[in-house]
Amino acid sequence: MSMIHVTTTVNGDEVEFLCDPRETLLDVLRDRLALTGSKEGCGTGDCGACSVTVDDRLVCSCLMLGAEAEGKSIATVEGIADGEELHPLQTKFIEYAALQCGICTPGILVATKALLEKKPDPTETEVRYWLAGNLCRCTGYDKIIRAVMDTAADLRKAS
Amino acid sequence: MQYHTPGNFEDAVSIAAKADGVTRFLAGGTDVLVQLRADIVTPDVLIDIKKIDGVKDIAREGGGWRIGVAVTGAEMSEHSELEAEWPGLVEAMDLIGSTQVQGRATLVGNLCNGSPAADSVPAMFAAGASVSIIGPNGSRKVAVADIPTGPGRTSLEKDEAITAVHIPARGKNGGDAYLRFIPRTEMDIAVVGCGVNLRVDGDTISEARVSLGAVAPTVLLVQAAADAIIGTSLDDAAMDALAAAASAACNPIDDKRGTIKFRTHVAGVLARRAAKIAYDRARASK
Ligand SMILES: Cc1cc2nc3c(=O)[nH]c(=O)nc-3n(C[C@H](O)[C@H](O)[C@H](O)COP(=O)(O)OP(=O)(O)OC[C@H]3O[C@@H](n4cnc5c(N)ncnc54)[C@H](O)[C@@H]3O)c2cc1C
Ligand code: FES
Ligand code: FES
Repeated sequence: MSMIHVTTTVNGDEVEFLCDPRETLLDVLRDRLALTGSKEGCGTGDCGACSVTVDDRLVCSCLMLGAEAEGKSIATVEGIADGEELHPLQTKFIEYAALQCGICTPGILVATKALLEKKPDPTETEVRYWLAGNLCRCTGYDKIIRAVMDTAADLRKAS
Repeated sequence: MQYHTPGNFEDAVSIAAKADGVTRFLAGGTDVLVQLRADIVTPDVLIDIKKIDGVKDIAREGGGWRIGVAVTGAEMSEHSELEAEWPGLVEAMDLIGSTQVQGRATLVGNLCNGSPAADSVPAMFAAGASVSIIGPNGSRKVAVADIPTGPGRTSLEKDEAITAVHIPARGKNGGDAYLRFIPRTEMDIAVVGCGVNLRVDGDTISEARVSLGAVAPTVLLVQAAADAIIGTSLDDAAMDALAAAASAACNPIDDKRGTIKFRTHVAGVLARRAAKIAYDRARASK
């Protein structure tokens, strides 16, 4: 089967890869680019563990082909911290123990970062609806929501 | 599987016309990829229409709107003028999936996937939307209501593609609404959906269109339900007649998500509620 050559930007770096037309962006990130932060929970758009942004738009990387990444700018959980310096959301998630097994965490971090960039002052209800497509089997969501609300408040104070 | 990214619709349909085996156009992929992954439909030829000029535009057209075939739900919700004129249509699209799915899903994908429970389709029926179609023999414009023909089936030929969605001019004193019933608050498939679009003259309804989703093999436009409220001020008797007509139009399946009796009843309930919202919007508009 013929492979497709794709040039794209991932977390600010230009990358090139060859992929099978059937491979999803999630497959490419994990298996070809060794960016295993994005997780596969379902592969069908239901769980959000594979969340990334493409041209600043939050999407499920399992519902997009690797070939569709041509010319796009992709951001994954690996790009959230600044070197060793964790993003405020990451620090708060640890502080609040907003994770247990951690499978959902990369997707939730990417999704909530996208939310706070669009809406720095969300209500709790808005956060819950925004995250309706990010399933967590472990935490019961409450600590996640509190960590996000607290981060949002801190970021507003800082700006 | 072959993956194509044609630069115009003529090329897109000529690739489809020449293709052997299963062909799919690719818009947001939120149905195509799920079906691919689940081995339900494995296309031999996939034609990505997102690189075609203009497919991302929401533009004015004769007082109404022309919505490109790659415009996502998120982009529709962010378009304040479209939302102000057609809140029901925008809300219906916005009900589809999660934030992530909204970043990809399109009106035309929702329509062409052919689900009787597709949320934006009753809203498009009620709005009186139409689509432009291109095929090897040229182009035509068809009412959205003439596209679905059965579960997973449409009136499009294999080598035909939709090139745009047309939403009519809102005009004066009009309003629309869409409601669905699901057992959860988010991320579920409609058990019943209902779209209402109407116009008022003072307090009296002068025009109306009522549609139902998930209660028959295709989305339905229910003329009897519209007739029940035209000429009324949506008083109790008109509401009762509307609900009865909506329920009478139902021919639903019986499954774990809703029995026939339940779906038939809820169709009437949603028709009342959606009509009330559309009526209030119409009277509030200028
Ligand atoms: C997690 C999840 C939740 C969902 N929730 C809902 C929901 O609540 N309500 C709902 O209605 N749907 C829901 N869906 C289904 C899906 O998101 C919608 O049907 C969506 O609108 C499909 O649009 P798309 O652009 O992704 O279509 P695609 O997957 O790209 O295409 C769907 C079909 O349309 C055809 N097609 C696309 N563009 C054209 C064109 N221009 N001309 C001709 N044919 C074309 C394709 O060939 C394919 O057959 C959900 C899906 C997921 C994964
Ligand atoms: S793996 Fe993509 S949504 Fe679950
Ligand atoms: S921490 Fe385990 S799924 Fe969320």
